[in-house]
Amino acid sequence: MSTDPTISRRGVLVKLAILFNAAVGIALAVPIVRFLASAITRGRSRGYLSWVQLGPVSDFPEGQTRLATFRNPYVTPTDGDTAETACWVRRLEGDSFQVFAVNCAHLGCPVRWFPQSSLFLCPCHGGAYYQDGSRASGPPERGLFEYEYKVQNGFVVIQAGELPTPGSPTASLVNIKPPCA
Amino acid sequence: MRLIKQIGEWLDARLQLAAPVREMSEHPVPRNTASWWYVFGSAAFVVFILQIVTGIMLALVYVPSASEAWSSLQYLNHGVALGWFIRAMHGWGSNFMVAIVLIHMMQVFLFGAYKFPRELTWLIGVFLLLMTLGMAFSGQVLRFDQDAYWGLGIGASIASRVPIVGPLIVQLMLGGPIIGGATLSRFFAIHVFVIPAILLAFVSLHLLLVLKLGINEWPMPGRLVRKATYEHEYHELTQMDGAPFVPYAVWKDMFFAAFIIIAVAGCAAYFGPFGPTGRPDPTIIQTVPRPDYFFLWLYALLSLLPPSMETPVLLIGPVIALAVLLLLPFVSGEGEKSWRRRPIAVMTVLLIAVTLSTFTHLAGYTPWSPHMNAWSGQPVPREYLDHRTPLELQGAAVFQLKQCRNCHALDGEGGQRGPALDSVAVRLTQDQLIRQVIQGGGNMPAYGKNLSPAETTALVAFLETLHPAGQQPARDAARAVALNPDEPASGHEPQPAKP
Repeated sequence: MSTDPTISRRGVLVKLAILFNAAVGIALAVPIVRFLASAITRGRSRGYLSWVQLGPVSDFPEGQTRLATFRNPYVTPTDGDTAETACWVRRLEGDSFQVFAVNCAHLGCPVRWFPQSSLFLCPCHGGAYYQDGSRASGPPERGLFEYEYKVQNGFVVIQAGELPTPGSPTASLVNIKPPCA
Repeated sequence: MRLIKQIGEWLDARLQLAAPVREMSEHPVPRNTASWWYVFGSAAFVVFILQIVTGIMLALVYVPSASEAWSSLQYLNHGVALGWFIRAMHGWGSNFMVAIVLIHMMQVFLFGAYKFPRELTWLIGVFLLLMTLGMAFSGQVLRFDQDAYWGLGIGASIASRVPIVGPLIVQLMLGGPIIGGATLSRFFAIHVFVIPAILLAFVSLHLLLVLKLGINEWPMPGRLVRKATYEHEYHELTQMDGAPFVPYAVWKDMFFAAFIIIAVAGCAAYFGPFGPTGRPDPTIIQTVPRPDYFFLWLYALLSLLPPSMETPVLLIGPVIALAVLLLLPFVSGEGEKSWRRRPIAVMTVLLIAVTLSTFTHLAGYTPWSPHMNAWSGQPVPREYLDHRTPLELQGAAVFQLKQCRNCHALDGEGGQRGPALDSVAVRLTQDQLIRQVIQGGGNMPAYGKNLSPAETTALVAFLETLHPAGQQPARDAARAVALNPDEPASGHEPQPAKP
C-alpha cells in the first residue's frame, strides 16, 4: 500500500475512520476494563478485612471448641444467606483463643469438630486436623486457616472478610504449622 | 396449499435460501457413512438446542440473586405447573450432553476423523468440549444450594493455587473477596449469555467445516491418508460410491435424536429434577458437598493424590491434556485411520474410559471420607463384648467414645478410611498397637494427646481381642523370650494385656 504513489481521497477517509474507531475503542476500553477489574478492586477499596465481633468471651468455655457465626464485613445487597459465615472458636484459657476458618485448607469444604476424638474432620476428601488446627492426616498440606483475633471489652473479635483459600493473601498471615512428626 | 406455495416463493425471491439449502442437504456423502456410528454429532447438537429451549423456560422464573435463587428453584419445583419437569429436562439434558459429546469425541478419534484435512474441525471440537464442561460447572453453580456454594469454594481453592496471580483469579471468579451475590450473578451471565453465544458460533463453524470438507469416510484398514492425494481420493469416493445426505443418511440422525430426547424426557419424568439440596447458608456446616456426575472422577482424584502431587497435577495436568488434544491432528495428521490398525489409540481410549469410570465409581461411596455419624450409630457389636475382662470392656467403651469407627469398620459398620479392625490383633502386636494409637502414622492421626495412659491401655487391651476365632493374635516373640525365658518362643498362649 505504502508504495502506491496515488492516494485516493476515499482511501484516506477509510484510514481516518479506522483511526477514529480505534481511538473510540481505546476510550471505551478504559471504563470496561475498570468495571471488570472492580471485582478485584472494589473489595479492597472498602477495606474488606475488618474486625467483626463473634460474641462475649463468656460464650466460649475454657478448653472447648465452639462454632460461632458472623456477618461478613463486606456485603452486597443480594448476598442473602451467603453473607453469614461460620468459624470454630477454641478457647484455651483466659483471653487466649484460636479462631479457625471452617474451610478445609485442602479445597475449602466445611470441617466439623469432633470433641470426643478431638479432631476436625472434613467431609469431602477426608482431611483431619488436631484440636490446635495442625494437620493430622489426609490431603491437606497445612493446618487450618486461622483468623487474627483480639479480645475487646469482653468480646472476641476477628479480622475477617475474605474466603480463605490456600493462595489467599490472608492465608499467609497466620503461621503454617508443619505436619505432626 | 397454493397460498402457502405462493408465500414460500415470495419469501425465497427475497431470501434466496432454497437453492443453497437444497444443495447442502443433497450433497453426496460416502455410502457407508450412513451408519449408526455417525449419529452422535447431530445428537449433541439436538440436545444443545433442547438445553437452549428449556434454559429459556427456566429463566422465565429463576431469579439470579444469591438471596432469591434457592427460593425460586423451590418455587419452580413446587409452585409452577410442570416447573419440576422442565428443571429435570434441563438437568438430565446437561448430563446427556456431556456424555454424548464425549462419545462423539471418542468415535471421531477412533475413526481417525481428526486427520488431514479435518484438523481444524477437531480443534474446534476440543474447544466445544471445554465450553460444554464450562456450561456443566456454571450450571451447577446456578442451582444455588449447598453443593453449589461449597463447589465454588473448591473451585476457588484450586484457582488460588496458581502461582502469583492465583488470588486475583479467585477474586475475578467470585466477583469479590467472598462467595456472594456477585458470584452468582456473574456465573449467571457466563452460563446464559457468554458460553451459549460462543457455543452457537463455534458449533456453526464446526458444522460449516463438516459441510465444506465432507464427512469423514468409513475408515478402511490399509487406506492411508496422504496430504497430496487425500482430497482427490475423497472426491472420487463421493462420486463413485456416494449418496445424497438427505434422505440417504439423515434418517438415522433423526431417529437417534428423537430417541435421545425421549430418553432425556424419560429420565426427567422418572428421576425428577436435581436438587436443590439445602439452603446455601455457609453457617450450616452439616453438609457433604458433592459435584455432579461429570466431575465425580475429579473429586475422587483429589482425594487419592498424594498431597505433594496435588498442586502440580491440578495446574500442569490440564495444560498437558489440552496440549495433547490440540497437537494430536498435527502429530498424527496422516496415515492409518482405521481403529483396527491403531492399537495404541484403542488402548488409550480404553485406559481413559476405565480410569474415569473407576474414579467415578469410587466417588460414589467415598472410602477416603470418615463416616461422620458412625460413633452415634451402631454400638460395638455384642459378639465383641462377650467373655471380655473389665479392662477390655472399658477399652470397647473408649473405642466407641473416641469415634474410632468414623474411620475404622468393625463388623462391617463404620468408615473405610482406615483398615477394618475385625482382625487387627493378628496384624499388630501389643507394642505396635500402642505405638499406632499414640503416634498415629500411615494417614492416621496421633491420639497420644487425646487419650490418657489408662484409656490407651484399655483400648489396646480391647484391640488385642480382635482376631478370628481360629487365629492367634500377633506377638513379639523376642519379648516373650525376654520376659519368660523358660517358655519356648513358639508358645501358643498369647501375651495377656498388661494393665
